[in-house]
Amino acid sequence: MKGRLWSGLGVVLPPLCLFAVVVIIWDRVVDFYAIKPFFFPSPGLVAASLWQNLPKLTQATRYTAAAATLGLGASLVCGTLTAFLFSQSRWIRNSSYPYALFLQTVPIVAIAPLIVQWWGRGFFSVALTAFILSLFPILANTTAGLLNVDPDLLDLFRLNNASRWQILWKLRFPNAIPALLTGLKTSCGLAIVGAVVGEYFVGYVSDTFGLGYLILYTSGNVRTAELFATILASTALSVVMFGTVHLVSTLILQHWFDVREQ
Amino acid sequence: MEQIAEVSQPPQIVVDQVGMRFGDAAPVLADVTTEIASGEFVALLGPSGCGKSTLLRLFAGLLQPNSGRLTLAGKPPQQARKTETRVAFVFQDPTLLPWRTVTDNIRLPLELQKQPRSTHAEPISSALELIGLTAADARKRPRKLSGGMRMRVSLARALVTDPKVLLLDEPFAALDDVLRQQLNEDLVRIWQQKQWTGVFVTHNVSEAVFLSQRVLVMSTRPGRIMADVRIPFGYPRGPELRAEPEFARLTVELSQRLREVAR
Repeated sequence: MKGRLWSGLGVVLPPLCLFAVVVIIWDRVVDFYAIKPFFFPSPGLVAASLWQNLPKLTQATRYTAAAATLGLGASLVCGTLTAFLFSQSRWIRNSSYPYALFLQTVPIVAIAPLIVQWWGRGFFSVALTAFILSLFPILANTTAGLLNVDPDLLDLFRLNNASRWQILWKLRFPNAIPALLTGLKTSCGLAIVGAVVGEYFVGYVSDTFGLGYLILYTSGNVRTAELFATILASTALSVVMFGTVHLVSTLILQHWFDVREQ
Repeated sequence: MEQIAEVSQPPQIVVDQVGMRFGDAAPVLADVTTEIASGEFVALLGPSGCGKSTLLRLFAGLLQPNSGRLTLAGKPPQQARKTETRVAFVFQDPTLLPWRTVTDNIRLPLELQKQPRSTHAEPISSALELIGLTAADARKRPRKLSGGMRMRVSLARALVTDPKVLLLDEPFAALDDVLRQQLNEDLVRIWQQKQWTGVFVTHNVSEAVFLSQRVLVMSTRPGRIMADVRIPFGYPRGPELRAEPEFARLTVELSQRLREVAR
């Protein structure tokens, strides 16, 4: 137990020390060269802004988190179901895959006007952007996992007269779970990017807004300390979301597959 | 339990001038003809790449022959195994599902064949017992087991449906000699109890002699049956059999044949 505590400290302590050093240097440099706060605020100003705007930041973070989570959840469901479909027919796979790839490659900026045109500005459109951006990794990884099955195991299933459904549900799907989880991690990052960037183009309505809108607004008004605080909030959101996905994935892999992750 | 009556039984597997090729490649099997009686234990012995695994997959109906006729209990294999003739296959690798426990891996064939779950417990526990696995092993996942244990689980999974035909594709090739001999002894014991028709593919001569009543020696490219050698020992067979002069003589003779066909 004590050994674990020390090794835990060993992981946490070095980055914290580095953080402290960077903050001190940052503070000294800004002070020494008398850098204007609108260009590069001191750490004290950023902390003060963070504190002052805490309610607003919390609300914006919640809004963005909700959109990203909804987009990611939709990707998980749609991506997995589409991958099921892809695994059942080479014809469907070959004809549809290029269009799935299109979702991955199209610049979100280019289709943002369309989204606004069809669904207006607001929460739904932001979540939709997160969904479009995060769908592909889940779809591609799950499809690969469903198809990449040991041929001997397929023979075993066929020998026991397994139905198509049994092969999908008892063999292909569990076989695809590690790949699906890898895709989910990539998609999680993309969903957050999708939600933040989505707000730039399709997000803001007067009463509800998220981090993306706040970034746009504070930079436009040269409220740089507030912009820094917003960036910190965005980072915190990413860490929490990615950490959650990582934890869930590790638990699933350890429990069902006895795999330990590096 | 002396010599098993072999000749009087109706043939379970009939292979009549079977040929097999994949695409435009050179034929894998040519003109293979043989019969395997119900309840017989036959070894298919041949150098690697002689098509013995292909022949075994034809027996199982996992592949269709390009020419000739092959029947299992009088029917084409895929048809036969969908009716009353249960066929089980043991692969070279244990091919267990890593996300299932040992028990649930053994349960798989019963599940796939849609047997009601309430009837699973009895065959699973008797398969576990037959193969020498404890209740503690049964709760583990395959990753926690040694290579020999995994192979035992694979064998138990094949036996759980109480098959009429058991096809084994070099199942013990990856194991060390001691483990291989132990598993061979267990296999012979189980065959005596259960009386399935067994076909055991191997390139190991002494394994073939130890297990079977008949050894079919196959040549390579294209695979043909070059010799059909009767093994005269009775059952039960124990480790002391390997020390007998006749065992040594048969091993030498079969090795000689194998060297001839491999040329």
